[in-house]
Amino acid sequence: MFSAEQSCWFVRKVICWRAAASIAWAVLLLPPITAVFVILSKFSLLHPIQTISECLSLLTSASAVFSLILLCGVILMVGFLNLEYYTVIPTIACSKIALLGQLLHPRQLVNSLVHCIMGIIVAWCCAITIGGRYETLGYPCAQSDGDSSPQMCLNEYHLILLLAGAFVGFSYSLLGVIHNMNYVSFHTVQQYKYLRFKGSLPLVVKCSATQALKSVRNYVVVYLFLGYIPKAWICKTLNLHLNSSAHPLDSIAGLLDFSLLYHLWISASFLLFTWHITLLLFRIFVTEVYSFPVQSSFTEDVHQCLPKVLTDNQPMILKFLALQDLALLSQHSPSRRCEVFSLSQPGGHPHNWNAISKECMSLLADLTQRLVAYHDTVATNGRAKSLSTGSERKTSSETSVTSGTDDLMSPRPTFLMKTPASVFARSIVGGPQSPLTAPFTPDLDSPFASPALRRLTAPVEQCSPWFGTVQSPHVMRRGPKLWSTSTDSQVNGSPQSSPASVPSPKQEPSKPSLLAQFLQNRKEQLPEASSQALFADSQAHIWALEGLSYLVQASFSEDQFGVVQTTLPSILSCMLVLQEAVDRHFKLPHASSKPVRSTGSMGDSTYKTLRFALRATLKTAIYRITTMFGNHLNAIQMSAEHRKRLQQFLEYKE
Amino acid sequence: MCSLALFPPPLPSGQTTLCESNNELLSGSPREATCIFRTESSSKAAFLDHSETLWMRMPKCLSVSSGCILALLRKISSFHGSLFPHLTVSCARWSDCVVRAFAWHPHTDKFAVALLDDSIKIYNPKSVTTPTLKHRLQRSVAAVQWKPLCASALAVACQNCLLVWHVDPCSLSTRPSSGCAQVLSHPGHSPVTSIAWSPSGSLLVSASPMDTAMMVWDVASESCVPLQRVGGGGVSFLSWSPDGSHVLASTPSALFRVWETRMWTCERWPCVKGRCQSGCWSPDGSRLLFTVLGEMVIYALTFTDTPAGVPTSTSKGPQAAAVVADLSETTFNTPNGDVIIGGEIQSLAWDPTGERLAVLLKGDPQAADRRPAIIAVFKTRTNPIFELLPCGFIQGELGAEPRLMQFHPNFQHGALLTVCWSSGRITHVPFYFMGAGVPHFGLSGSPSVPRPQAGPADFSNHSLFTELIS
Repeated sequence: MFSAEQSCWFVRKVICWRAAASIAWAVLLLPPITAVFVILSKFSLLHPIQTISECLSLLTSASAVFSLILLCGVILMVGFLNLEYYTVIPTIACSKIALLGQLLHPRQLVNSLVHCIMGIIVAWCCAITIGGRYETLGYPCAQSDGDSSPQMCLNEYHLILLLAGAFVGFSYSLLGVIHNMNYVSFHTVQQYKYLRFKGSLPLVVKCSATQALKSVRNYVVVYLFLGYIPKAWICKTLNLHLNSSAHPLDSIAGLLDFSLLYHLWISASFLLFTWHITLLLFRIFVTEVYSFPVQSSFTEDVHQCLPKVLTDNQPMILKFLALQDLALLSQHSPSRRCEVFSLSQPGGHPHNWNAISKECMSLLADLTQRLVAYHDTVATNGRAKSLSTGSERKTSSETSVTSGTDDLMSPRPTFLMKTPASVFARSIVGGPQSPLTAPFTPDLDSPFASPALRRLTAPVEQCSPWFGTVQSPHVMRRGPKLWSTSTDSQVNGSPQSSPASVPSPKQEPSKPSLLAQFLQNRKEQLPEASSQALFADSQAHIWALEGLSYLVQASFSEDQFGVVQTTLPSILSCMLVLQEAVDRHFKLPHASSKPVRSTGSMGDSTYKTLRFALRATLKTAIYRITTMFGNHLNAIQMSAEHRKRLQQFLEYKE
Repeated sequence: MCSLALFPPPLPSGQTTLCESNNELLSGSPREATCIFRTESSSKAAFLDHSETLWMRMPKCLSVSSGCILALLRKISSFHGSLFPHLTVSCARWSDCVVRAFAWHPHTDKFAVALLDDSIKIYNPKSVTTPTLKHRLQRSVAAVQWKPLCASALAVACQNCLLVWHVDPCSLSTRPSSGCAQVLSHPGHSPVTSIAWSPSGSLLVSASPMDTAMMVWDVASESCVPLQRVGGGGVSFLSWSPDGSHVLASTPSALFRVWETRMWTCERWPCVKGRCQSGCWSPDGSRLLFTVLGEMVIYALTFTDTPAGVPTSTSKGPQAAAVVADLSETTFNTPNGDVIIGGEIQSLAWDPTGERLAVLLKGDPQAADRRPAIIAVFKTRTNPIFELLPCGFIQGELGAEPRLMQFHPNFQHGALLTVCWSSGRITHVPFYFMGAGVPHFGLSGSPSVPRPQAGPADFSNHSLFTELIS
């Protein structure tokens, strides 16, 4: 997988350079941030001049330069991890078990370990910089029993700072999974990189400070109870002694040292701030608009042109940037629109428009299919329909999937969804069950999945919205069977296979164990998460809708050869079918509930509201076409149902 | 340059302007006004002012002491007002007019009216119900605007937040529940006094004179991007150009900005004298007319199109604004004596075909010389050169002053100006004319303009030979 992505020209030529530029900026920003940290850590209100002179001498010392080099190494590593772990489609855990599976995934464990080590390194640099009592791990102390030989004692202040770094690094990586920190979202409002950076800087400062405060709070509690373990271990391995005359820090009195707490907090803030800045720069650089040529006169560049790039599914970022570029060019750039509408020179075929419109419509048709499949499972299980109708519906939807309700639905498998959607994708794809595993299914091959976990997480993969579209027809047929015949479900060991949270009464062959029951409860769907997961990649659909509707609007006056009007009926019916499916989806109780907006974290929660954005964009897109064409649309061939629906739009009654 | 001296004299008092036909403004007494339909607000009387009842319940001594405290507070707040001059910007006209804000729907014949009691009514000639929108957070409504390319969404600028109502046009409910409203708020962004939807319906910009940042909202996902620039101290007026490429944002100080909406960069335009009071865009978005507080002229700025296809280029704007009209005080001799008209400009409105420009003059009824608030209407021409020609004055009933005005976004027979008067009355003044071949731009539906048919029945006695005579 890795090699496949490396071989893509776009990753090699654009994404890597963008990541390198972002890391370079992060490294350049490191010295000023460190200087601010030094000033804040040494600040004393009573002796301002002394503080400044101390800081200046410290910043020019050799140890500061050395720790700066170490910090640069850490930033490089963080930047590399950002590049390695980022995704444009968030990984949404449908249930708590799935979340646990994510956290216990080996890839995630490696990530956590690396962050722990980097946290220790940063904390060591902080300890060196703050100096004073934090500077060294051991110090010579006098024996209490009067022995004259000098002895090395453990400096607990140094240790507590190092462990704090490890703890903050670990919680950073943990929260990264929970808040989808590796998700890179695209903004509707385009801004230059510098202005965007400037605009988000206050937010990053606030986030880092509050998260550092929370982490330090948790850390202090943990250290109070478990601090003796690392202390004893360090003493034993490094042959250090505990100074009995000094206060032990894993006590309430020892931890109530405000200067210590302040230093812990400022170090944690420094650590988080540098990492967040690296992440922010990476996001800003990677999501920058890339302008693809619409057509090229050189055949060797054809694979870099927009119509070709749009159809690529690998890597995902390329598809997203291509769609973004399409949405922007259709809106702002008449000359590039003209190229889209142009005919090929020998032959006179509208290849550009055909490729673009076909790709956009297949994206939309794919979403429609997904929604219909999801709605069918919910309808059959949630509303407790009779078994026969349920399976009939299933089969009918299945046939419609294969044959295509719309002639435009491309028959090619829509495996684009599964790809880099998850942090585990790369490891999963190599596995034997790769095409069947939904992105957020815990890797069942991992050594961390117990047999019980493995057994109970098996249905989770069917709770995924891709269950209907991604998986092979074989698996799809298994779905209704599981439901309709109880023997089958016992064989598979999965009591239910519905994304609905209603646990259905089943005839269990044996009493489930306590652990299994506990896991069963955790397995239940988080409300709304399945809906979020369904629309996880909807940014692509939003751009496809915008691009199509703007192009159609512009075609009214700019399309000289009438290339658009041949596809207009199918575009309209595609949008209307999707509109119907979206309307039906929003009638589900959990779909229209608004998520709680979290502003205090660096995690981007845009994906939580993508379905609302999609609904609004879809309506606007249809209105854009109907407003432009008005009554001319009556001349278009379409089914009576669609015409009725379109009439509603023409009369502004939707 | 056009000045008021070229205008036909205003009507004698008691007469109101009915419409424009045959290149002249027709007048009549209000009773004959068949083409005017009136909307009177009765909701005000239904609610007692809350502070009044509290006041009456209070014991005498308490009321005296609290009165002192209130006076003190008022002193302090007046001091506050002098410290922050922009606080008084938008509240000035709120006291007397029943109608606080008015908005036509961009595609259909319905409009929303915000009333003094902070309720919003939606009138639709095709429907018998007039939904009334009320919400707990809907206080001090300063502006309303319908979302383009949408049938139902109405954005409301409130004291502490923005509300986006989704009023189902097919619903028969007269009181949509507050669940139909999305609440958009951002800490420090209050009071919201001006809003503007992008013509493509995707973004909403909101501004507050107290907040230096202007918010660009993605309404569906309820997320916003603050756009902040140094200087100016708040944003008091917003206007999005009809082609969607620029946004005018004026500040309470002598400075306004023109943002281009591609990459959201801005041009600074310092004014010499005062703040930018009002502005409007030509239908193709290439020309901006604006007025400056304390000056009696209209300025114009011309924006040339960006070189197409270059995605990152910013627009190269003009170097200086040109004066296109002079509205300084002019004396007219009427049968009722001399009338002075002119002065400072309250607001501007340009009709969607780009043929008529309405200018609301502030007036000064308290002045020794009678100087009424009045609407002056210009004919505008963009080809071959930009030009303003006099058309006439629009007057209402005796004692009624125009407060708000807006052109109907897609009137078929010319232009339709809707005026909200201080008496709480809303009148529609149609301008019947033939378009000068300027195609309808953007939102106004089909580009092939159907020929305006003959005027309504009550003007059938007038001959419609406009084009032949002139």
